[in-house]
Amino acid sequence: MACTVNGRDVSLDLDPRESLLDMLREQLALTGTKKGCDQGHCGACTVHVDGRRVLSCLTPAVQVAGQAVTTIEGVAGEDSGLHPLQQAFIDHDALQCGYCTPGQIMSGIACIAEGHCGSDDEIREYMSGNICRCAAYVGIVAAVRQTADAVRNGA
Amino acid sequence: MRAFSYVAPDTVDATVAALRTAPPGTRILAGGTTLYDLMKLEIETPPAVVDVHRIAELDTIDAGERELVFGAGARMADVADHPVIRTAYPGLAESLWQAASQQLRNMATVGGNLLQRTRCPYFRNGTEFPCNKRDPGSGCAAVGGHDRAHALLGGSDACIATYPGDFAVMLLAFDAVVDVTGPAGERTVPLAGLHVEPGDEPTREHVLAPDELIVRIRVPATPAGRGSTYLKIRDRESYAFALAAAAVGLTVDADGTVGDCRIGLGGVATRPWRATEAEQTLIGGPLTPQTARRAGEAAFAGARSGAENGFRIELGVRTVADALRIAGERATR
Repeated sequence: MACTVNGRDVSLDLDPRESLLDMLREQLALTGTKKGCDQGHCGACTVHVDGRRVLSCLTPAVQVAGQAVTTIEGVAGEDSGLHPLQQAFIDHDALQCGYCTPGQIMSGIACIAEGHCGSDDEIREYMSGNICRCAAYVGIVAAVRQTADAVRNGA
Repeated sequence: MRAFSYVAPDTVDATVAALRTAPPGTRILAGGTTLYDLMKLEIETPPAVVDVHRIAELDTIDAGERELVFGAGARMADVADHPVIRTAYPGLAESLWQAASQQLRNMATVGGNLLQRTRCPYFRNGTEFPCNKRDPGSGCAAVGGHDRAHALLGGSDACIATYPGDFAVMLLAFDAVVDVTGPAGERTVPLAGLHVEPGDEPTREHVLAPDELIVRIRVPATPAGRGSTYLKIRDRESYAFALAAAAVGLTVDADGTVGDCRIGLGGVATRPWRATEAEQTLIGGPLTPQTARRAGEAAFAGARSGAENGFRIELGVRTVADALRIAGERATR
């Protein structure tokens, strides 16, 4: 199976049972993507495949052959600085324990790109697949809102 | 998870060829959000999987003037965001974007979504509970058990597992059909005949053969599309299965008389449920809070509750009435 992960070519021998999540964590040592429920409930394992957010725990790794996978390790800017949404999470205290945060940020980046950030209600609706056990939701919505507004204003 | 062989054909023809020689128990994999999940739980244990999720000819959306045609491989998120669907068939869009999460809707195909399997916890949570669907003849732990989320309509002594999907309920209300293909040839199945009630054979959930592939979903164009809504009532505001849901499509004449009326029920039955008697109570008469309430009562006249789910009958009646109000406003806007 060949694909790219964060822009890097990857070629692996895979058991068709293996999830994309396990491939990233166990074979590529990209442990930023978190295993929460492993059943598609929590969103902690959210990554992008060809620019769309998906749950890596419910994606058989063989299904991403030929596609571009992006994880939290791949969102930083060219100067390795934080992605604006990562900075916004810090600005708004949008986390406590941090376990859901990589999934929240991957989901939030996609939510902004999809244009589903027209209001706080719309952000809540389209971020509802990412559960935060610490209930940092107020900060998460504020961080997504700030970043979406900056993108809209051409920042 | 049990080991399985895996092929990913590029075309529908190649898929049919693969299915022709596939071993018994082979499963078709699309978005994976149900099948791969249940394979992890070892509730599904196919010896072989035919993956159709990237067949380009299945990933189509055509909002034509005579009918809507959704390729079975179109993603739920893409159909939900289609501009024509959002404006001319708001109920269809709502039945999609109110389901699951955006990540899951990006993965799940509309064809696969029709065949989504039940979320009954006794079915999903393994062998410590009897389940006639998972282990035929073992019994049903939900009957007389914790049945808060179980079906009020269409159940049997053998199974009261709720059909969990939303989109199929709205499609049923719009008289949609599915085109299927397989080694035995092509055929068209109306949504109304696709799913079956559990009866004494809860393992059988639909009429498709294991080697039949849904190719497309077709919805006849209808002015009731504009006057439609899918109202989904949940324990939390988003990302949950329905406690009760109503799929309504209406046309209302200039004098306020209901012309066309379609009512489907979601989250309360063992299959997508059409409330034909409730529709008949409204056609040709006015839509008022009283007639809407009576239609809701007619929709649930045959409901049978168990230990913990009785509250969902009144909830369902009110959901139907509220959905009729919303659809009526859209139909006369």
